[in-house]
Amino acid sequence: MAQRIFARSLRISCLWLATAFGAAFAQTVLNIAAFPAVDEIAKAAIPAFKKKHPDVEVKITSRAFADHHTAMTTALSTSSNLPDVMVVEYGYVGRFAEGGGLENLGAAPYNMQAQRARIVPFAYAQGTSINGALVAMPADIGPGTLLYRTDILKKAGLTEADLTQSWDSFVNSGLKIKSATGAYLVAHARDIKDIMIRADLKNGEAMYIDKTGKVLVDSPRFVRAFEMAKKVRDQKLDGKIGAWSNEWSEGFKRGTIATQMTGAWLAGHLNNWLAPETKGLWRAAQLPEKAFGSWGGSFYSIPKGAKNKALAADFIQMMTLSPEMQLAAFKSQDAFPALVETHKDAFFDQPIEFLGGQKARLIWREAAQKVNAVNVHKLDPIADEIINTELDKVLDQAKDVRTALADAKALLERRVKR
Amino acid sequence: MTPRLSPAAVPYVLLSPFVVLFLVFGVFPLCFSFYLAFQSWEPTAGLSAMKFVGLDNFAFAITDEWFWKSLKNTVWLAMVSGIPQHLVAIPLAYFIHTSFKRSRNMVIGAYFLPYITSTVAIAMMFSTLFSTDYGLINQALLAMHQLPGLAWITPAQPVDWLGQAENVKPAISLVVFWRYVGFNTVLYLAALQTIPADIYEAATMDGAGRWQQFWFITLPSLQPMIYFGVTLSVVGGLQLFEEPFILTGGRGGTDQSGMTTAMYMYRTAFEFNDFGGASALSWLLFVFVALLTWLTNRAFKPRGPSA
Repeated sequence: MAQRIFARSLRISCLWLATAFGAAFAQTVLNIAAFPAVDEIAKAAIPAFKKKHPDVEVKITSRAFADHHTAMTTALSTSSNLPDVMVVEYGYVGRFAEGGGLENLGAAPYNMQAQRARIVPFAYAQGTSINGALVAMPADIGPGTLLYRTDILKKAGLTEADLTQSWDSFVNSGLKIKSATGAYLVAHARDIKDIMIRADLKNGEAMYIDKTGKVLVDSPRFVRAFEMAKKVRDQKLDGKIGAWSNEWSEGFKRGTIATQMTGAWLAGHLNNWLAPETKGLWRAAQLPEKAFGSWGGSFYSIPKGAKNKALAADFIQMMTLSPEMQLAAFKSQDAFPALVETHKDAFFDQPIEFLGGQKARLIWREAAQKVNAVNVHKLDPIADEIINTELDKVLDQAKDVRTALADAKALLERRVKR
Repeated sequence: MTPRLSPAAVPYVLLSPFVVLFLVFGVFPLCFSFYLAFQSWEPTAGLSAMKFVGLDNFAFAITDEWFWKSLKNTVWLAMVSGIPQHLVAIPLAYFIHTSFKRSRNMVIGAYFLPYITSTVAIAMMFSTLFSTDYGLINQALLAMHQLPGLAWITPAQPVDWLGQAENVKPAISLVVFWRYVGFNTVLYLAALQTIPADIYEAATMDGAGRWQQFWFITLPSLQPMIYFGVTLSVVGGLQLFEEPFILTGGRGGTDQSGMTTAMYMYRTAFEFNDFGGASALSWLLFVFVALLTWLTNRAFKPRGPSA
């Protein structure tokens, strides 16, 4: 009896010891939180990372775009369940930076500031907070481009130069397109406003509110953008179609939308699922009136509450500073590299079949260099909403442009003063 | 074997799963949001970043034109989607009650189905139906326009349901109505089944017609259920969130014409990063809901047999 009890307790102790040692020798887990398609890019990089760190397990938690950022907001606010590597989309960098919950990757021990020259300037600036901390390392960027249908242009007797020469020539081309083919110039008049309010900004200038808290929404660039959008709407040149809607993809498929101003990545989406049957009919150009802008972009950051910061930094370095990784992401997921040295790769010279064999990556590369970095403000999301709502009133209810912008200014100033 | 738990403790132990869950997911968020309503908080900076600001959040909300706009939208949607629900559900329940015997459960099941369907599926279906150029609703309207005699009542052009400010609210109301009318019908059907048949027999013998029976027997007997159903509609309608949120892509539609107060609250917190302001909005909405529920109570609550 006593023996059996002894044997049993021995077994239990062995088991316990094994568990304890197991825990002690358990692999370190690097937690990465991402959204599609950055999750795929990170997943593809795991083998390379494990080669360097064979003892580290990499775990990727992927959520839908909005869910990911809500989860990250909650994680930062409670400082719990924070990943080691946090992928952040451009629209959220400003507000996450404001909270101060992200590590300054520019300073020691990360010292990524030393790599500044290797990163596309505007993306580097976007990842930098107002007080100069590099809170997010750029991975991919969305250089702005004008995608247009050559077949529609031909029918209307127009050339690319007619579209891109100036905003006025762009809208006038729309009239010809409308009468010749019935197609809309743009999906929504708002798209024109979106690019026109940022086209003339220099590096370090603010979009809606400057550093001193001055509200800029009644400046001439807003007036002109609103008037141009109104002109487009009044002449029925837009389809009142929001991005990512059924009408949007149908419009591309059926050729009722002649142009779309967007990030270069849209060409990939069109090819893969939005309108694959329109292959060869699209071309890319720079935006009208030599405007340069960017649409979206992904960044990597490390929360201050992360557990494995050194490993996280290693992973981020690999994803953002290794030309192989950057190019792999570009080839597989159309993630335009933020790393400048990759821009000399032969891949850029390759024709894009979907764009009728055009070497469009060269156009986007030029745009990437010319985009200016706009300073972000924590009230930007609400400023965006205020401006869009006032534009709705101008377009739909014939509200006067200057009155609308004055109202927008008043609404925004109330928020700034809070 | 002696029981390990004293009999006195058993009820509390058995109750504890509910109590614990209620405390964690019910009481705590309630108290926390009340606390938050008096704070200015940059959420991404962590819990320590809260600053007490007194009644600032409330003062801002009350003078915020978007709050009033969202409240107007909410009341509009609650009325236009809510009132027809009851006006249709009561006669419908009466009709099902009197006209279907064996197939009644099937019929009522069909009406109840939207209530238990996933909101995402509903939203996908309706955004397809409401599509301006390719949607079935507009196709049907345009086809009707071709028919003689219907041309003056139907539009000649496709209606931009979700992109034109004045159409957004009716479109949302239609979905909400469609979704909840079956639920109310079930409520009223249950109430109808409790009305004793001998009252109707007596009325029939006294020579009361079907309409008189409905008006003088059915409707008064339904009053407690009307009170219950209207209260649910008032509370649910004022907290309307899912349908407008998904149909308008989370933005509230053109000129925010479909943005309800609950949606504005959510956006204030998660889009505009102002959790203090959002909490204040939620408490203002609570006061408003409480007020209207009290008014409903005054209007519909049965007051003894003489009422």
